[in-house]
Amino acid sequence: MTPILEVQRVRKTFGGVVANREVSLSVPEGKIYGLIGPNGSGKTTLFSSIVGTHPIDSGSIKFRGEEISRLRVPQIARLGLLRTFQQTRIYGKMTCVENLLISVAPGTLSWRSMLARPTAEETRKAEDLLAFVGLHSKRHLRAGDLSFGQQKLLEMAMALMSEPRMLLLDEPTAGINPSLINGLIARLRQINAELGITLLVIEHNMRVIMGLAEYIYCLAHGELLAEGEPAAVKSDHRVIEAYLGAH
Amino acid sequence: MKRWILIAAALALAIAAPAIIPAWRTQLAFLWVMIVFSLTWDLLGGQMGYNSFGNIVFFGIGMYVCAVVQRDLHLAYPVTLAAGIAAGGALAVSVAALLGSGILGLRGHYFAIGTLGLGIAAGELAGGWDFVGAGGGMVPPQYPGALGGRETFFYYLSFVLAAVTFVSLRWLYAGRFGLAINAIRDDEDKAEAMGLWTTRYKTAAWCVSALFLGIEGAIVGNLIGFIDPRETAFAGSTFGVWMVLMAILGGKGTLWGPVLGAVVFHVMKELFWTYLLGWQRVALGFLIVVIVIFFPVGILGWAREKWPELFGHRDEKRAAAEASG
Repeated sequence: MTPILEVQRVRKTFGGVVANREVSLSVPEGKIYGLIGPNGSGKTTLFSSIVGTHPIDSGSIKFRGEEISRLRVPQIARLGLLRTFQQTRIYGKMTCVENLLISVAPGTLSWRSMLARPTAEETRKAEDLLAFVGLHSKRHLRAGDLSFGQQKLLEMAMALMSEPRMLLLDEPTAGINPSLINGLIARLRQINAELGITLLVIEHNMRVIMGLAEYIYCLAHGELLAEGEPAAVKSDHRVIEAYLGAH
Repeated sequence: MKRWILIAAALALAIAAPAIIPAWRTQLAFLWVMIVFSLTWDLLGGQMGYNSFGNIVFFGIGMYVCAVVQRDLHLAYPVTLAAGIAAGGALAVSVAALLGSGILGLRGHYFAIGTLGLGIAAGELAGGWDFVGAGGGMVPPQYPGALGGRETFFYYLSFVLAAVTFVSLRWLYAGRFGLAINAIRDDEDKAEAMGLWTTRYKTAAWCVSALFLGIEGAIVGNLIGFIDPRETAFAGSTFGVWMVLMAILGGKGTLWGPVLGAVVFHVMKELFWTYLLGWQRVALGFLIVVIVIFFPVGILGWAREKWPELFGHRDEKRAAAEASG
């Protein structure tokens, strides 16, 4: 199976702190993969490196066979590789519908389309996606007035609106009402199965990630500690030690 | 239907105003001028979240370019005026495009301070350049019509510009352009992460703002009949500050807010100049303090927070529950 995302020996330092040390991982197209690790192990840094937020010190990142480690954030986004944020990022003073309408696939935006109005089809799709994440009745509320969990769902809908090939989700269930988590997992599976979007998910909730991902990478202290099927990673003594701090 | 009657009534009033109260033509012309100032500032400051203190540069450029064209193009008055207005708008847009590629890379306070420097530098440059009269300024050519015809003519020109500016911005805000600059205001990093061409939108927005300001400068130079580099053209301490205040007073980031703010501010200002002569600047300063303290989100912003339903922000499930219960 050809990997859609291939990270090879990526190194990223901030001053003297090595956030990622020779991290390599690959995600095959159409799969759901997980990325776990204790706090401060470099998971979010790796996400930021992949989507071009900061330049990496060495290594290579390939998306669909193309080297992207020297591209800037918007360029990578236009290739169809998007991330969501741990602390949600939404357009707070705009309504939910507007948040989605401006999140259409950027590849479809030409110079002329700058002046165009959103089409009826885009509006319908925006409403459908809001219904999909359970925010339809709030579609005319300002996004900043939603609760944190609802903003997370909105952010996910925005990502879907732009029809990415791959989504990097940074702790999608953190801060979400536990009673909604099962529904969210079902939706992530549905996105993957029906829309064919490859997912790489950072998650602290072990129950969630073990049930969702078919393969898991575990980082600790910026290094790749273990990888494998959920059951194998879960019982790996190095992973358990890293989480319990037995160093 | 009701809406069209209102629009028709407003148009009729605007057109008839110079005939009804001829003594106030200049003040009324300045009302339209203030509305354009406020609307064009809000395009960046309110809708896009880039607080510019340098927009006055485009106004001054338009004013000088028009006067130079009128002076050096030896043709009939209407021809030179039209050419001057067009050239003023065009050069203002070119300067905005050129400056935009660099200065729009600054964010937040840095952008505000950078643009503040622009306005001051432009005033100093014009005040030292003999080609445009240096510190002595310039006098646009005499209006050829009957005495008093000048005020009426430029009243209508200002009115048309204000109307065109309003309709253009309304159209831009309703489309993807409006959504994109709002997104940049709310979270520019997110907009980039979603793949938007943010630089393109930002530069375009500044150019639109510059276009209307350049044309306005060309008109105002002729309306006042005298160009001083620091007092009329690059008047950062008067027009430059007022445009910000008017937009904030009315409610920045809304379409009608800047219009409302400009009307309220201009009327208050004229009242101070008429009834508080000698203390008018103190009163104006006091008004500014009151605006900032009591209307931090502006008149319309305040109304939107108080009655969100009127602005279409409602939770349909809750609304339905309340209606049935």
